[in-house]
Amino acid sequence: MLTDASILFQIAGIGIIVALIHTILKQMDKEEYAQFATLVGFIIVLVIVVNGLSDLFQQIRSVFLFQG
Amino acid sequence: MDIIQIVIIGIIASILYIILKDLKGPFAFLIVLITGITIFIVVINQIGSIIQMIESLGQKASIDGMYIDTILKIIGIAYITELGANITKDAGLGAVASKIELAGKIFILLLALPIITAVIETIFNFLPST
Repeated sequence: MLTDASILFQIAGIGIIVALIHTILKQMDKEEYAQFATLVGFIIVLVIVVNGLSDLFQQIRSVFLFQG
Repeated sequence: MDIIQIVIIGIIASILYIILKDLKGPFAFLIVLITGITIFIVVINQIGSIIQMIESLGQKASIDGMYIDTILKIIGIAYITELGANITKDAGLGAVASKIELAGKIFILLLALPIITAVIETIFNFLPST
């Protein structure tokens, strides 16, 4: 499921867009909204990454016989 | 040719990392993390077939299953420990990385304990007991 580079582009795209939103909101003197947008973007990416991490640990567990 | 795929993933990740590093936020580090995970998952699918071969060889040589299980678990712990330690070190936490490595070593030693005990008992059986 994770064996292609599309997830990389996904995360990079989210990062660039969030940085853009941050900059625009900062220019509009809405500092707290800017921080909030960054936080939400970070959480979205974190969910993707943690999904991948759990996938990896599951694979390792099934390959190296950690069940028994 | 999976190796080409992995190399291309690495190159793309470096480019994206350089782009994201200048922007604010923690996304550059998450790029590094997800790259490590992706490459690891590609590799671990191949490791599965190697391990099946090792197990069938062990069954042909009628080795006790416990020993091969222990070795495979040790290899798994080593892989996970290295992944965690490298990522932690990349994030700039060298002290935590060395603690993770220490924990990995101790757990490996813990798993190897029955084998070490078996070896020592065999050596004691060689000694002439009076």
